[in-house]
Amino acid sequence: MRGRGRRGPLAAGGRGGLGFLLDRPEWLGPLMIGPAVLYIVLVVGVPFVLALYYSVSDISMGSRTLGFVGLRNFASVVQTTKFQTSLRNTFVFAVASQVLVMVLGTGLALALMRDFRGKWLVRLLILLPWVAPISLGTIGWLWILDSTYSVVNWTLEALGLIGPDGWFMWLGVPHLAMGSVIAVHVWRILPLATVILLAGLTSIPQDIHDAAQVDGAGAWRHLFQVTLPLIRPIMLVAGLFGLVFAFTDMVVIFVLTRGGPYDTTQVLASLAFFTGIQGGDLAEGAAVALFLFPLLAAVAVVFLRVARRTEVV
Amino acid sequence: MATVETREIRKHFGDVHAVDGVDLSTKEGEFLVLLGPSGCGKTTLLRMVAGLERPTAGEILIGGQVVNELPPRARGVAMVFQSYALYPHMSVFNNIAFPLRAQGLPRASIQRKVEWAASLFGIEALLHRKPRELSGGERQRVALARAVVREPRVFLLDEPLSNLDAKLRASARDELQQFQRRIGTTTIYVTHDQIEAMGLGDRIAVMQGGRVRQIGTPSEVYDEPADTFVAGFLGSPPMNLVEAADALVGFRPEHFLPRGAHGDAPDLVALPFRVTRVEYLGADRLLYGVLEGRFEGARVVARLPSTLSVAVAAGATHDFAVRGRDLRFFDRRTGLRTAPRGL
Repeated sequence: MRGRGRRGPLAAGGRGGLGFLLDRPEWLGPLMIGPAVLYIVLVVGVPFVLALYYSVSDISMGSRTLGFVGLRNFASVVQTTKFQTSLRNTFVFAVASQVLVMVLGTGLALALMRDFRGKWLVRLLILLPWVAPISLGTIGWLWILDSTYSVVNWTLEALGLIGPDGWFMWLGVPHLAMGSVIAVHVWRILPLATVILLAGLTSIPQDIHDAAQVDGAGAWRHLFQVTLPLIRPIMLVAGLFGLVFAFTDMVVIFVLTRGGPYDTTQVLASLAFFTGIQGGDLAEGAAVALFLFPLLAAVAVVFLRVARRTEVV
Repeated sequence: MATVETREIRKHFGDVHAVDGVDLSTKEGEFLVLLGPSGCGKTTLLRMVAGLERPTAGEILIGGQVVNELPPRARGVAMVFQSYALYPHMSVFNNIAFPLRAQGLPRASIQRKVEWAASLFGIEALLHRKPRELSGGERQRVALARAVVREPRVFLLDEPLSNLDAKLRASARDELQQFQRRIGTTTIYVTHDQIEAMGLGDRIAVMQGGRVRQIGTPSEVYDEPADTFVAGFLGSPPMNLVEAADALVGFRPEHFLPRGAHGDAPDLVALPFRVTRVEYLGADRLLYGVLEGRFEGARVVARLPSTLSVAVAAGATHDFAVRGRDLRFFDRRTGLRTAPRGL
């Protein structure tokens, strides 16, 4: 009886074991999505739940106890100037880099829409920062911005714009350091934003551009009243994606400045790392890391709602 | 209002000669149709007149002025696209107002003109809607209103009816022609549909392979085709072409009738016709078959109006005839029209 039941679907489908699965969507679907779900649960879900719990506990590295303390960690951490500076820096860093990325990305995407010789090479160069490992690229920047060997300073001096005594300490002076980490972050995010915006631009039918031309629109009117409004949904997607990324990422800051000088480039993500992992105060580190979670969750909800209506026409 | 003229105009895309030396000249207020199969260069020609494509060589004149170097907005033309190309993010009002805003007109006069254009096409009630909330016919009217609102010197229409269903297309054709007559603006209309071309055009330019094969009134291009391409392109089914000694002889299916149907016409050419298939189309019958006797084996089609109640059976040979004056002669080698001759 059991044997016949097992042979049944094979005989009907006329395939091997894999064929049996392909014919059964109720098995195939879960089987294919399963590994991804497992991966997310283990690598994102478990640490996230742990962090939630740690943030309301008194855990620290080296202690064996784990007691519930309510919101005490949050209360104590928000009072420190280090946290307040980091919070302000986080917003400056995320908003400034994202504004720059959107403006530059739109310009680049518009330029790449045109036909010119060597277009594929330019596209490749623009995409390069995205495909190169970020730590490697950032270490390159560390040298570019080094106080002694900076190629930027060398070039400025060679052009006669600064003297031998006027070399900038790109990563050692507060405003310059913030400017530098923003610039490197922009360099890193720009390719993705450009590609997303390029996809939006190519989805506008050529007829619409032709109509705008025949209707007498000049370049500015064409850009601001036709092209940009039509890619606005996709710009929002790119913008919100980049914003969440900038709020939660610390690679550039960790490699370039470690939050310095004097915490002027410290952001919440790096502060959480330094407090929780390097400082050993897991509970406060978790509280810092989760502080912006409600805001980012709200951004993510908006992001998903916008993403659902991204068709251009 | 203005005339449009092209002089030896060419457009090459690499090795492809999309438009290959076209001389064309519209008359004041004329409705000129560019007719031809897909890829014949008619849309490219229209886009060059609009300024959306740069000619490889040749000159374009609008109102007697060479406009080759002028951008589209300076040419005083308005264009309606096959897809209508309405701005999807703007309301109907803003779509129609767009060309006026680009001209920098004051707000009050924009309001007045948009209302005037909307009333021309009966779309006043739709002004606050978005294009996606409109039917195909309504979108077409909005596109026309947007074209007409700034009173251009020339209208360019690129297959504006091809996205409408058959019934709507017939009424839209009628409205389009009435509207053009009323405002009297020179119009160039691109289509691959010969019924549209015949019904709308004051003159038709039949294009093929980037060249104009013939330009003339609908009856000229239909009745007096300049070559075998025009003879074969116009008419459904097209003109029958059979090989005579050193020429091609053409006659229209509707002229190829049973001998009795011609009455006592004096110049009848008898052509015995073996019918192989009969198609009943309601208003007509189409008879497919081969000629016998002089043009043994030539495949031809006859079109019998339903008013002609002669019994015709497939498989039998019938006595058919064409009037001598309905025969057209073409050079076998060049395909060009030649003088009539005896058969």
